[in-house]
Amino acid sequence: MALTREQLAKRVARELQDGYYVNLGIGIPTLVANYVPKGIEVMLQSENGLLGMGPFPTEETVDADMINAGKQTVTAATGASIFSSAESFAMIRGGHVDLTVLGAFEVDVEGNIASYLIPGKLIKGMGGAMDLVAGADNIIVTMTHASKDGESKLLTKCSLPLTGAACIKKVVTDLAFIEIADGKFWLRERAPGVSVEEIVAKTAGELVVPDHVPEMQF
Amino acid sequence: MSGFDKVVNSYEEAMAGLEDGMTIIAGGFGLCGIPENLINEIKRKGTKNLTVVSNNAGVDGFGLGVLLEDQQIKKMVSSYVGENKLLMEQLLDGRLEVELTPQGTLAEKMRAGGAGIPAFFTATGYGTEVGKGKEVREYDGRPYILEESIKGDFAIVKAWKADRYGNAIYRHTAMNFNPMAATAGKITVMEVEEIVEPGELDPSQIHTPGIYVHRLIKGTFEKRIEQRTVRTEGEA
Repeated sequence: MALTREQLAKRVARELQDGYYVNLGIGIPTLVANYVPKGIEVMLQSENGLLGMGPFPTEETVDADMINAGKQTVTAATGASIFSSAESFAMIRGGHVDLTVLGAFEVDVEGNIASYLIPGKLIKGMGGAMDLVAGADNIIVTMTHASKDGESKLLTKCSLPLTGAACIKKVVTDLAFIEIADGKFWLRERAPGVSVEEIVAKTAGELVVPDHVPEMQF
Repeated sequence: MSGFDKVVNSYEEAMAGLEDGMTIIAGGFGLCGIPENLINEIKRKGTKNLTVVSNNAGVDGFGLGVLLEDQQIKKMVSSYVGENKLLMEQLLDGRLEVELTPQGTLAEKMRAGGAGIPAFFTATGYGTEVGKGKEVREYDGRPYILEESIKGDFAIVKAWKADRYGNAIYRHTAMNFNPMAATAGKITVMEVEEIVEPGELDPSQIHTPGIYVHRLIKGTFEKRIEQRTVRTEGEA
């Protein structure tokens, strides 16, 4: 079975390490915060200027001056700090954030990512995504393996405008955990109950399949 | 006004001198920390052909969105404009130009503009549409693109408290782009929730020193919330 959004978030959460400063994008990446493994501490960075994002406020403590990068009302966790957008992107562009998790429309075998623009259809803007992929060394992309029409999102070459070039090394989809190196996708894990054949069929770019592909652990 | 006293008494006075075709840099992120009354004054004045530099473009009917209603904006420089139907209409039929700029690059363009730095190299946007036509230089084997800084004829910002000299403090994440925007205006207009006497704010807690602020006005703010998300008591 393909992973649910929650399972996908759970698998990504296993990549978290104690003491990590982490930036989570909008969508599935946001859910990762719900599955931080027991016994470790991470601090969430929100690029509008908050390091140490806490849970949503209660009805009584909602504050219009306290939002995250998704423009949702949030709280500050104990030990948080608040700063300007320039300071926030100094953290991101300066490589100080330990892990970035973001969604994408497409990823290719060269580690290129397209996530912000569908010409003629979806013109919203890149927000902080271009800075995040250019500034971070450790990036995990989360997305469904194929579109609703069954088109692979793991390509030989991205067809949409790029968010970043040659910057993605790890992808967690609803079917598999895949690494990108030497111009190829490398199949590392498969979702429980998902066959290697299905993953191969839904991966358009060159995929290296080892003899043994373990099932994901949560 | 006298000496270092930056306080003006009306919004008309605050935005005096704004003319058609000028560039305005605005603070705020989404609807958080936006100079809502200064935007409304620009709407009232009816100034046209403006270039507006701001991370977002407000929403329909609030924030910078109100300046689209009478088509006062010719060009937006923003990182994300996805919350605005009217903007999308004007963009698609060619009445409005939008220069999409990565958020960190936008913040740095303002910061550099205010700091007398005409351009800077950044890895952000290399190999993308953003990098097209821009000078590329390698440092330690990595390619960077040259981005030019931005200055405004006006900067409009929102802070929490300021003293009469314009020394200002922001509140929570309403800080966002405001400190950089404040430095990058030939005329920087700041609106605040409270004006106090010089000496009442701790000098070491000031976010924006008064040297950047030319006009200061006290306003009342709606502070509209874009995404009201809450948890129920006891839920983590």
